[in-house]
Amino acid sequence: MSGQSQSQSQSTAPSWREAETETSGRSRGGPLLLSRYAESLFWLARYMERVENLARILDVTETFVRHGADQSGWLSVVQINADEARFLEKHDKITPESVLRFYLSDRENPSSIAACLFAARENARTLRPMISTEMWTQINVFYNRSRELAAEDARPSGISQICDFLKEGCQFHTGITEGTFFRDQGWAFYSIGKNLERGDQTSRLVDIKYHTLLPSVRDIGGAQDVNQWHALLRSAAGYHAFRRVYPSGMTPAAVAGFLLLNHSFPRSIVQSVHQIEMHLTQLGSGYGLRGANEVLGQLDDLRAAVMGPRIEQILESGLHEFLDWVQLQFINLAAAVADSFWRGKESVGR
Amino acid sequence: MTTPPLPMQGAPPPGLLDGYDTGEFYCEMVNGAARDPRIAQILARLTHLAPEDLRRRADIAEAELYNLGITFTVYSDRDAIDRILPFDLVPRILTAAEWDQIDRGVRQRVTALNAFLWDIYHDRAILRDKIVPDSLVLGNANYRPEMVGLDVPHRTYVHVCGTDLVRDETGGFLVLEDNARTPSGVSYVVENRHMMARMFPDLFDGIAVRPVGDYGMRLHTALTEIAPSGDAEPRVVLLSPGIYNSAYFEHIFLAREMGVPLVEGRDLIVEDDRVWMRTTAGLAPVHAIYRRLNDEFLDPDVFNPDSLLGVRGLIDVWRRGRVALANAVGTGVADDKAIYAYMPRIIRYYLAEDAILSNVETHICAEPEGLAYTLAHLEELVVKPVGESGGYGIIIGPRATAEERLEFREKLVKDPGNFISQPMVKLSVSPTLAGGKLSPRHVDLRPFAVTGKSTWVLPGGLTRVALREGSLVVNSSQGGGSKDTWVLE
Repeated sequence: MSGQSQSQSQSTAPSWREAETETSGRSRGGPLLLSRYAESLFWLARYMERVENLARILDVTETFVRHGADQSGWLSVVQINADEARFLEKHDKITPESVLRFYLSDRENPSSIAACLFAARENARTLRPMISTEMWTQINVFYNRSRELAAEDARPSGISQICDFLKEGCQFHTGITEGTFFRDQGWAFYSIGKNLERGDQTSRLVDIKYHTLLPSVRDIGGAQDVNQWHALLRSAAGYHAFRRVYPSGMTPAAVAGFLLLNHSFPRSIVQSVHQIEMHLTQLGSGYGLRGANEVLGQLDDLRAAVMGPRIEQILESGLHEFLDWVQLQFINLAAAVADSFWRGKESVGR
Repeated sequence: MTTPPLPMQGAPPPGLLDGYDTGEFYCEMVNGAARDPRIAQILARLTHLAPEDLRRRADIAEAELYNLGITFTVYSDRDAIDRILPFDLVPRILTAAEWDQIDRGVRQRVTALNAFLWDIYHDRAILRDKIVPDSLVLGNANYRPEMVGLDVPHRTYVHVCGTDLVRDETGGFLVLEDNARTPSGVSYVVENRHMMARMFPDLFDGIAVRPVGDYGMRLHTALTEIAPSGDAEPRVVLLSPGIYNSAYFEHIFLAREMGVPLVEGRDLIVEDDRVWMRTTAGLAPVHAIYRRLNDEFLDPDVFNPDSLLGVRGLIDVWRRGRVALANAVGTGVADDKAIYAYMPRIIRYYLAEDAILSNVETHICAEPEGLAYTLAHLEELVVKPVGESGGYGIIIGPRATAEERLEFREKLVKDPGNFISQPMVKLSVSPTLAGGKLSPRHVDLRPFAVTGKSTWVLPGGLTRVALREGSLVVNSSQGGGSKDTWVLE
């Protein structure tokens, strides 16, 4: 379970005793939540979201490479996950087959779909006392079916069906969770994990595509270029929505602005930050969790950075630098959530 | 084996119970049918069922158990493989009168076990009166000196007890062993009923079966009864070794049924004379712990110092009455196979009653006459090591080769104190789906008793079935499956 290694070591408990005063076992907004469950919910959501995003990326890369005959698309998948070193340890060169094997079925690669689904299921197993039976059953069946699929030799020609299956499995999970998961604190932790991962994935997608798919400013607007931006939008499920907002034309700035800053697009970074803020506020004022305020403080800079400027300003001062900074903010945010709610801190007030 | 008849045109298709022959064994279904017309009715329904219909239902049931994760998990280096406990769709049915005897007998036994435990950790009257030899208790590996002089609420040590029963060829019930530590299997009792209701609703038609769904509530009530008083609503938790434990599904099941958190050792901390759990809102007090962790892992300060599964300081706060623990520490001395042999005398000693449920006749090899008898009758006896579970290390004399018996004889003579012997009980059978038809397979029964202030027995229990033809070993680790157990109203 990567991402949870911190919790394996014995950590010091948060030492404030807010819960102590609650003799009835109920905090203001419902039952108390075990810290370890909060952590597992956060990671369950992250891993499922990661699988969906990775399936989208593999799918769109295949489409893109097939039309453009440019193999560098497969390289970008490796770059987006910062996996270059690990990939080259196992494979001599980037081929469609090697990249697909690395990301679909290679359990030794912690960012593979197989590894993420395994981790998601182990978190779900931990959470079985509190998630609905339907949630568990779907993840269990989904995982077992994905193992069968991965065992079949994944070829580029079959990738579309496999990715459809994976996306559907994740969306099925999302739907069952929305419809059956009890809305107490756990829901907030789940939602924070989901949106954090989603924002992070979108920032990586835009970053890599913007730089590897855009050879030089002079090529902008060519047929090949438009094709690439299509692919980028499609991989984020944003193509049709983008068209509604921009019925004519397609500029890199408009696409990047849409994916990063559009308030209505469900996978934009603005939307992610907004959702995270909402759920943190709920943890703080709805459930009376003191730790939420510290995390909210951590969110201030990120909120200001994505709510304020227009895309042109961001491009001018450097998109790549901006996105690196955003990813760092997400990493810090995740650490702050862990510190406040499950990783514990040294002797607060002791 | 009778010769099958010549096939004729227009003859009825083969039925599920064609050629069903239970031989010298008591059959839960066929002999049961003579005891209660409702069992006869079920038998008739089964007789009219097409074999492929039952096969199809069994296949669906198996897939459902797998998908629902009613499984135990086998972990290897990089993988986690889920296995199901095979489930047989033909229920094992008990009449109200039979259940009445079991219910009274189990409650009597649990009462005696608790009285025995209190006594050996306090006055030791039963040792002074030479009813049970000192050495069997004080020299027992599961005797815990830490328990001496400790008072537990309501003098209850064994809050959850699983009493393994078998039935001989006359249909009489016999106790095979007591499980007074952390008996498992109750989740299957309830889940098997759910599965039956989905797969075989037509079998229940018009027949009132006693419900088993309130086990979680009963257990929760017992735990609140032993929690330290003063807290309006005591907080109960279930302490599990975690997802790698083979009984993890049961831990999930019980935590859900009780509506309490499933915690691991790392979720709990002892401070200021209390046990706390780590929540997102800080530390919250815990008042009662249903632990599914063996004694030796509970507290590294007192037992195994390397245990990462337990909670440092837990035993100390428990001893001072600040938290309740179920089952209590040190119950393993009472469910030991060596003590088992004395249970009829223990019951008589404390309760001045005869045992309602008899023991299987048992020879204690630690005693010279027991050893002599066992050595002289090895080919007729089942010899078991004491203190083992899971059916390991047993020799079934009549089934063993002369060579195996010879080899075992050496082990026995070298360490007689480690063995007891019993005659081979002709375990009852129950019709079980095997190869497209129903065949007799041996079964046992584990009822579950919950004790806080008083003892309640879940009307049902886990029926385990040895799926291999002729096998007497029902343990899940050795090819056993399970059946739904019906107690008729």
